[in-house]
Amino acid sequence: MTSRAYAYYPGCSLHSTAKEYDVSARLVCEGLGIELYELDGWTCCGASSIHSASRLLSTALPARELQLAGRPGLPLAVACAMCYSRLKLAAHELSDGATKELVEEIVGGDLSGTVEVVHLLKVLDGEREAMPLKRSLSSLRVACYYGCLLVRPCGVLDFDDEENPQTMDRLIEALGARSIEWDFKTECCGASMPLSRPDIVLRLSYRILSQAKQLGADCIAVACPMCHSNLDTYQGKIRAKYKGNIELPVLYFTQLVGLALGFSPRQLLLNRHFTDPLPMLKARGLV
Amino acid sequence: MAIDSPITPLPSSEFRLFVERRSGQHILRCYQCGKCTAGCPAAYTMDIGPRRIMRAIQLGMKDEVLESSTIWLCLFCQTCYARCPREIDIPRVMESLRLLAATSGKRAAEKDIRLFHRIFLSLVQRWGRVHELTLGALYNLLSGHPLANATLLPRMLTRGKLSLLPPRVKWASEVKKVFDKVKAVEERAPL
Ligand code: SF4
Ligand code: SF4
Repeated sequence: MTSRAYAYYPGCSLHSTAKEYDVSARLVCEGLGIELYELDGWTCCGASSIHSASRLLSTALPARELQLAGRPGLPLAVACAMCYSRLKLAAHELSDGATKELVEEIVGGDLSGTVEVVHLLKVLDGEREAMPLKRSLSSLRVACYYGCLLVRPCGVLDFDDEENPQTMDRLIEALGARSIEWDFKTECCGASMPLSRPDIVLRLSYRILSQAKQLGADCIAVACPMCHSNLDTYQGKIRAKYKGNIELPVLYFTQLVGLALGFSPRQLLLNRHFTDPLPMLKARGLV
Repeated sequence: MAIDSPITPLPSSEFRLFVERRSGQHILRCYQCGKCTAGCPAAYTMDIGPRRIMRAIQLGMKDEVLESSTIWLCLFCQTCYARCPREIDIPRVMESLRLLAATSGKRAAEKDIRLFHRIFLSLVQRWGRVHELTLGALYNLLSGHPLANATLLPRMLTRGKLSLLPPRVKWASEVKKVFDKVKAVEERAPL
């Protein structure tokens, strides 16, 4: 039996651009009777920029969060794939004695209490068989998109297969929906480049959207606010640049679970995406 | 192990040894199969693809490597690492090269990417969390692309995707301390 209470690290994006991910994650957990305790006074883990500055800092900054999480003694649930990867990699670095000592000196205090870091997708995967479903999503075809940071490097993250993961597909199918087979599950969307090299993001995200569309997906499901932003917020720019019909709603997997649990689109903040999913959900008889 | 010995005799290179020490990766293990470049999503826009970077390190071509766009364009997607038959952590090598390029006084490429990371971290150092609106505004101002993404702004605001005020985090000062202490440690004993 998995634990039903978690310390919770939302991360910066879930308090701003990805509020709908935070809100739907909390709702779904509440609906399933899973308790989430947000870390008090959490700070940024450094995400995708920190390792360009200093290797030591890229371990020391997340180490502070691991230390905070260690206090209530619960596993730490993380929703953002970027933060998940950063925290897991830091925990891995800290398994080296010399690094741990040095980082302890920096953050002040003991880091021996090992905190288990889990991604929210894994938490909900554990609930798959016992969900009180109110609505079947059987009319829906979903392209499950994992991106990079959830699955690679597999040796450290130990999340799922790094080329063809199944965790999200399994969960989506448990909701009654169909998950499609496709090639871009773990292809990169362009990561943190939308400001500095938008051309890369537009190109890589275009390829992902266009295959999902061609294969008849109704939407893409994601587990990372950065992937969401590249695929949804930038979708208008992608359409303008590459023409072709690639209009496709991009939802957080928690929003799909929420729909199946009977929450309303408004509660799940489905109205916040740039590509409005409501017309598609209406056409599929889901709202 | 015999398999770990160099495949061709190579000039011993200070640069290669330095990269090996910093990254913990055995650069001579690379046998140039090209799987890394084949799967790299950014290879199409790099001046020297990941396979050629590995070869250039083996040959001690320091300037070419540190001035390449590749080390800044790497997305850290880890695809190459997952597929490398020699199990070389190539993104780790790229990361070491970035850190070296930043301090070596070489002419670094891709200044917009470097600027983005710098601003991102300065905001974390100051407020303890990222504030997207400030990040975007400062980037536009300092990069000389004042209108980058300006068209997205109104829609982001109406969807409540951006908060106007910077975050107030009670332990922001702790974060600053971590930055300062790391700096002190690194000055004491450069890693
Ligand atoms: S995949 Fe590995 S062995 Fe092959 S060229 Fe790239 S780094 Fe070298
Ligand atoms: S980690 Fe970097 S070099 Fe490797 S495949 Fe991804 S972008 Fe290319």
